[in-house]
Amino acid sequence: MSITLESKIPSGPVGIKWSKYKQDMKLINPANKRKYDVIVVGSGLAGASAAATLGELGYNVKCFCFQDSPRRAHSIAAQGGINAAKNYRNDGDSIYRLFYDTIKGGDFRAREANVHRLAEVSVNIIDQCVAQGVPFAREYGGLLDNRSFGGAQVSRTFYARGQTGQQLLLGAYQALSRQIYAGTVTMYPRTEMVDLVLIDGHAKGIITRDLITGAIESHSGNAVVLATGGYGNVFYLSTNAKGCNVTSTYRAYKKGALFANPCYTQIHPTCIPVSGDYQSKLTLMSESLRNDGRVWVPKKEGDSRHPKDIPEGDRDYYLERKYPSYGNLAPRDIASRAAKQVCDEGRGVGPGGRGVYLDFSDAIQRFGQNKIEERYGNLFEMYERITGENAYDQPMRIYPAVHYTMGGLWVDYELMSNIPGLFVIGEANFSDHGANRLGASALMQGLADGYFVLPQTIGGYFATQKNGKYSPDHAEFKQAEAEVRARTNRLLSIKGKRTVTEFHRELGKLMWDNVGMARTEASIKQALERIPALRQEFWENVNVPGSGDDLNPALEYAGRVADFLEFGELLAYDALQREESCGGHFREEYQTEDGEALRNDEKYAYVAAWEFKGTDQFPALHKEELTYEEIRMAQRSYK
Amino acid sequence: MNLTLRVWRQKNAKTAGQFVTYQARDISSEMSFLEMLDVVNEELIKSGEEQIAFDHDCREGICGSCGLVINGTPHGPLAATTSCQLHMRFFKDGDTITIEPWRAAPFPVIKDLVVDRTAFDRIIQAGGYVSVSTGGAPDGNAVSIPKDDADKAMDAAQCIGCGACVAACKNASAMLFVSAKISHLGLLPQGKVEADHRVLNMVAQMDEEGFGNCTNTGSCEAACPKEITLDNIARMNRSYAKAIFKSKLS
Repeated sequence: MSITLESKIPSGPVGIKWSKYKQDMKLINPANKRKYDVIVVGSGLAGASAAATLGELGYNVKCFCFQDSPRRAHSIAAQGGINAAKNYRNDGDSIYRLFYDTIKGGDFRAREANVHRLAEVSVNIIDQCVAQGVPFAREYGGLLDNRSFGGAQVSRTFYARGQTGQQLLLGAYQALSRQIYAGTVTMYPRTEMVDLVLIDGHAKGIITRDLITGAIESHSGNAVVLATGGYGNVFYLSTNAKGCNVTSTYRAYKKGALFANPCYTQIHPTCIPVSGDYQSKLTLMSESLRNDGRVWVPKKEGDSRHPKDIPEGDRDYYLERKYPSYGNLAPRDIASRAAKQVCDEGRGVGPGGRGVYLDFSDAIQRFGQNKIEERYGNLFEMYERITGENAYDQPMRIYPAVHYTMGGLWVDYELMSNIPGLFVIGEANFSDHGANRLGASALMQGLADGYFVLPQTIGGYFATQKNGKYSPDHAEFKQAEAEVRARTNRLLSIKGKRTVTEFHRELGKLMWDNVGMARTEASIKQALERIPALRQEFWENVNVPGSGDDLNPALEYAGRVADFLEFGELLAYDALQREESCGGHFREEYQTEDGEALRNDEKYAYVAAWEFKGTDQFPALHKEELTYEEIRMAQRSYK
Repeated sequence: MNLTLRVWRQKNAKTAGQFVTYQARDISSEMSFLEMLDVVNEELIKSGEEQIAFDHDCREGICGSCGLVINGTPHGPLAATTSCQLHMRFFKDGDTITIEPWRAAPFPVIKDLVVDRTAFDRIIQAGGYVSVSTGGAPDGNAVSIPKDDADKAMDAAQCIGCGACVAACKNASAMLFVSAKISHLGLLPQGKVEADHRVLNMVAQMDEEGFGNCTNTGSCEAACPKEITLDNIARMNRSYAKAIFKSKLS
């Protein structure tokens, strides 16, 4: 298959591209929509909103999730908020400013046209969610409240206490439930996609495994939409849910879809530090805490006094010192690196010296504990449950952790991958956040894609397609099913000595140490040397007890880790080729004198899209040059 | 610390289950309850046995996947805490801990500690939403909502759908869950339009699924990890009575 990366960006000024696209796009007659079957994989913000909206439009939708209910997708854990250019604060916000902040926040590695569209529809998202009954925070006058988030100097973040993701997901889940009741959407919970099926080069269905009965089944459709989230769990420890995995997007990659910018991974600065080897996941403390919390470490190395005994003069509020205009609200990549730096200098706090303080004492003095409780009560409770410490009384200890992945399957302006009929939305695609995502923008992008973009663009694809759908008895489906069965049997028959968790943990440590927050050519090469050996050992020595015919968590996990063991290598290849630092990708060789990321726009202002050439083979690199028509690329400064 | 676990093992819905005793060794007090189970499972796998199956995902207390009856109490001894957020510092060396699945007829056991809670999804499908389709929504600030109402709606909307309320209730009543959604939407102007229809349909579905009735014991409220209050049930009963009269009159 020859590959051309055609981004299909409409012509004209950036501000009118989306309107123009909508004016020109081909439509499907309402009565004909029910003849089209759409497969949506994933039921998070992007998947649920897309499935619901497609159902409302009259399409025939099948929606799949591995959880027991679509309401449990990991979008639910998003805490802080959702951005929208409403300018309700009268503080100078606009669609253009949100567009600009997002491009700049992404370190000039995102596609202008997509980001502008995102900023445009952001305002519709808030309206839609309010109409659904999402209980956003309000002021005494009854109007919507806002807060600030990193990387912006306006207050444009809408929130529902510290549970914004939960409330937005429940809104989308309820819209989806309404369509399930109406019969336009059929829901398949506890069902995992294990392969993508192509017929004549078009995506025409998926193979699934019923997680309760173990049945391997074929589902055919006119198009497949992947809304399966990110790949942060390649690092083992992350803020992702335990079930988050790369399998759907990686299987699509192996079938020919290009994987773009896998090295762009976001390390979130405010997570609860690791406490021991048994640790199964990391917990995020919302970025919104940085509105009122001040980040500091002792000025002196190895200062082991209790934080309350360290006088003001012996504290280094390093974010306020280094980035006076953004202070504690510096963007995530910058705040994370700054934390690593002070800990590397030996000034970290807590066990192992891998932590910094997030201190609320000033805010409590200024506003009273009640106000702080109202704003962040649930986060303080969660912190206490996990650490046993009361953060009203002493500062929280935080440290960066893997949180979000900006990379994902390559898509064009219509959110379609290079495989016709395969659409990718939400965190699973690469398109809107460049090399670093701003806080409160993931929820915005998931819902923009699902409610407002994909349901429009998918019709354009259908309108140009003559051949419809195929029977799930087609030879391609049968062959894919046979391959899946063989792989399952192989995993069960190895009966080696090590558990899946042990392999996952080893891979994660390898990735974190060598391709994590800071990377060098040497460290990446070391990872590339060791991953294939680990993968080989996995296939020779993993132990997966039980059978393939019933609920078997070890088997599910083994399939996902097997894919991570291949995907980790792809991530490392991408990190190696990008000889610059930008956003979440920090190559130690490329930094300014004061330790900031040093971009190389001349050589690397492109999207790196990788083509699968076989396991153990070097993938082929395709480049989509990024052209900035509206914004001038500049060195990113938050000083 | 070292602990003795009595864990409910059941191959599937058709097979009878039983308690099996396991030893959990060298457990750190910093571990979460599920991390302690991970340790036991690693040992089981290494000896070629099947791991104890339990539902879990976010491990942050928000997805609602996990649900264990720990020493007879849904989600264990700590108030307002899901199983995944319970930490081992609340247990001591030598303790025996009994771990069971949710026990309620509408939540059949799938395997070990995993139950089928799709009945909750079907109740939401019957009416737990505002019937607005995407597009055409008025400006988010077009309707002002008193902060107090919005806050009360949010209190109810925090329900994570874990099912602890059903597991705690001697009648396996789902009224706390159902009333939380009815309150959340009914308190907001957007949800008032369909309030009658919603409460009638959701209650009918709840009954059809085989959940029992409320006898005001309050064990659901005590077990709820999100502190959803009994007030919601009172609110639901009032809405239901109103809707029934209105439908009888028309």
